[in-house]
Amino acid sequence: MPIINAVLDDFFWRALIGGLGVALVAGPLGCFVVWRRMAYFGDTLAHSALLGIALSFLISVPLNVGVIITCVVLAMALVLLSRTRALATDTMLGILSHSALAIGLVTLSFMPDVRVDLTGLLFGDLLAMSREDLLWIYGGATVILLLLAVLWRGLIMSTIHEELARVEGVPVERLRLVLMLMFSLVIAVAMKIVGVLLITALLIIPAATARRLAHNPEIMVAMAVIFGCIAVTGGLSLSWYLDTPAGPSIVVTAFAAFLLVYSAAGRARA
Amino acid sequence: MTDPLVSLQNLTVQFDSRPVVDRVNLKIHRGDIITIIGPNGAGKTTLIKAVLGIQKVSAGQVSVKKNLVIGYVPQHLTLEATLPLSVKRFMLLSGRSLSECESALARTGVGHLLHASVHHLSGGEKQRLLLARALARKPDLLVLDEPAQGVDINGQASLYDLIRQLRDDLNCGVIMISHDLHLVMAATDKVICLNQHICCSGYPADISHDPAFIETFGRPVAESLAVYHHHHNHSHDLHGDVVDSESHNAPSGHAECDHAHH
Repeated sequence: MPIINAVLDDFFWRALIGGLGVALVAGPLGCFVVWRRMAYFGDTLAHSALLGIALSFLISVPLNVGVIITCVVLAMALVLLSRTRALATDTMLGILSHSALAIGLVTLSFMPDVRVDLTGLLFGDLLAMSREDLLWIYGGATVILLLLAVLWRGLIMSTIHEELARVEGVPVERLRLVLMLMFSLVIAVAMKIVGVLLITALLIIPAATARRLAHNPEIMVAMAVIFGCIAVTGGLSLSWYLDTPAGPSIVVTAFAAFLLVYSAAGRARA
Repeated sequence: MTDPLVSLQNLTVQFDSRPVVDRVNLKIHRGDIITIIGPNGAGKTTLIKAVLGIQKVSAGQVSVKKNLVIGYVPQHLTLEATLPLSVKRFMLLSGRSLSECESALARTGVGHLLHASVHHLSGGEKQRLLLARALARKPDLLVLDEPAQGVDINGQASLYDLIRQLRDDLNCGVIMISHDLHLVMAATDKVICLNQHICCSGYPADISHDPAFIETFGRPVAESLAVYHHHHNHSHDLHGDVVDSESHNAPSGHAECDHAHH
């Protein structure tokens, strides 16, 4: 297929296709972040991804694998720690979030022969997206979307009312775990796009924008995906024409859409 | 007598080795309406959760009839403001068909709210929605945690009446927690006064004379509870309008709020 090859040979198209793939899963997962008040949690996981990169170099495993494993381990630790209730959740997340980031940076500095593009890790390096990255993104997106489709009713019910869901036979704890795994996966693949510092923005801004216009959870998810795609397309165009950094441009576009929708909706209501 | 839906044998639940529910024995049969009353911290909610199977039990046993379908009406439906949800969608999440959901909503008198947002419902409407949600599952056992919270006094009376009617229609068992002592006394078959252990139980008329009840609630409460029979010559529909019982022509769906009280 020469056309597909030609498209994939172009770094801009690779970036766009990869970005849209991430928007596809960031939409639904971002909605769960917003519904379950997990924004800070998402931040913490994202920051730990840097530690995952450092560890991957240390034990020489593929970066994506290292990031996913680190995120999963941290997510489990967070779930267990939040049960002990020794510290308020936001305090604990604040400690772990920044410690994970700092430990990651310190560990990387101990490895002078490893040359990493730190700015790329922190703010995204979308324009350096490879074909292999695309495989990761769409493979991950397929897994996540299938899981979401199969587990949808249980996930929504346990978000609405945990006890009611439990009485109706929803395996609430197991679903929470699956959700954590999906977050870890999406962070591993989204890191390439917007970097660890901006992942949470890509998750929650389109979802928050969609909230203003949606009357049902499914519609909110669909609109979050659309706003995510708008942000990726708009951000990349901005980057292409004005030579701005791609990751931050995507977040700026998402934020602009957010402002637009909220001011328009506010005026419509008044 | 048929097998009980749920039977508790010496049920004990401890938090940090402090018993919250202490050696409770209880059987719930089809057709029973059992109301649990008791002071704050008496373990009412914990007991209910044990019946629901979502509370770890420290000692004793909860035996549940095979394939028991439980309809649970939680105390509150506090919805995250960021989660948009219509009544219809919430009902459909029960996994039942739309027609089953619609008839359950009509049965609890909130059929007209099908397309409303759950965020915009009043306290009483929310309780009726939760009841409809439980109903749509065609339960063998209804479990209600303070069903009349946030509902005005006439609404409370009609809610308890509705629960009685549902028991008759579904031939299910009902177990609920309530603080509305007067209404409980009038609308219940059996009252259990819980204070960690069951301090007394029995028919409403008997229990208010029980020394243990008087000790728990104080004499003034017990004396004021000479069984309350409320006589209404009218009732209210959900909009608060007075509905005449004799010549009742209210729109369908409200008929069940309105009937002669005994």
